[in-house]
Amino acid sequence: MTVVAGHCDGCGRSAAEGDHAACRARRAATDPPRFCAACGRKLVVQVLPLGWTARCVRCGPLV
Amino acid sequence: MTDILGTARDQVLEQGEGLGQAQVLEVLRLGDDRVDEALALAHEVRLRWCGDAVEVEGIVSLKTGGCPEDCHFCSQSGRFETPVRAARLDVPELVEAARQTAATGATEFCIVAAVRGPDARLMAQVRAGVEAIRAAVDINVACSLGILTAEQADELQALGVHRYNHNLEAARSHFGEVVTTHTWEERRATLELVRERGMEVCCGCIVGMGETLEQRAELAAQLAEVDPDEVPMNFLDARPGTPFADLPPVAPADALRAIAAFRLAMPRTILRFAGGRELTLGDLGARQGVLGGINAIIVGNYLTTLGRDPRDDLALLAELSMPVKELSRTL
Repeated sequence: MTVVAGHCDGCGRSAAEGDHAACRARRAATDPPRFCAACGRKLVVQVLPLGWTARCVRCGPLV
Repeated sequence: MTDILGTARDQVLEQGEGLGQAQVLEVLRLGDDRVDEALALAHEVRLRWCGDAVEVEGIVSLKTGGCPEDCHFCSQSGRFETPVRAARLDVPELVEAARQTAATGATEFCIVAAVRGPDARLMAQVRAGVEAIRAAVDINVACSLGILTAEQADELQALGVHRYNHNLEAARSHFGEVVTTHTWEERRATLELVRERGMEVCCGCIVGMGETLEQRAELAAQLAEVDPDEVPMNFLDARPGTPFADLPPVAPADALRAIAAFRLAMPRTILRFAGGRELTLGDLGARQGVLGGINAIIVGNYLTTLGRDPRDDLALLAELSMPVKELSRTL
């Protein structure tokens, strides 16, 4: 799934509004995506010892 | 007046007797100029009383999110508006996670669930998962499923669960500011159930939840009183949406003082680097910790957050000539 604009995958809010520096920092350091960048829904995220999977109930799995 | 590290050299290193609460507090109050010295002594204690091998463990969240408890540090609580959404692994996925963990050289695999305690559905899933893993993967299986009943502890022991984790998390005097939906005593009681059934006891904490140094020393003493086989040391990773979201990270020197102090309080325990160490200590701190009392690590990712690349940790151990602990075979 390729997303051009839309939502911050750290907080779910519009990527074009507000400051998402903290979100980017968390994504870089410790966090998988938490929200669907396409629709803003909270993702179903499964962290595994050596990876992670994420799925939006509307838009499908992240690849 | 005898210096605390001088006292510790005799009491802990030579005699194997852990520091008491007041003594731990002295270590926690050491100046920055003495942190290296404390770490070096803690490392000597680790080598003398534990050996040089490092135990490597992987953990996985079997049931994520939707927890009914209100542990203020936890993004999996259903009571807080956090980004974590409920998820559940199936048995094949669980076995694959165990297999991948074993492939790193890890000898422990801990199945964790975000629950107050396991219900019948979760116990059935754990039963199936533990049996499947033990049939397919050469790895010790541990569990962390919350508060247990005696019957549940019996079942886990019968399944061959090697070790059971239930952290005290915080000092008894601080606990009420961390959790309100269950008590420190309830957590303590589960640990006794585990020990009575001959499973190894894993009991640790989270440093940096607003406790005073006195409470941090109290926590070390209370953990020592439990006498756990393993103590996972977590450092608070302040998660968005939780009551502790705005707490600052533990300063690196304070984290290192805590590592040294906890090792000096518990010379024989498996002291494990757990969550938050990447944020709190970074790469340099990881090295300092492993040379400062730590003798176990969680490899790879945590329950809802990501950790270091396992290759980096294993390379560090190789560089330091610390062997990875191997599975022991009980005949």
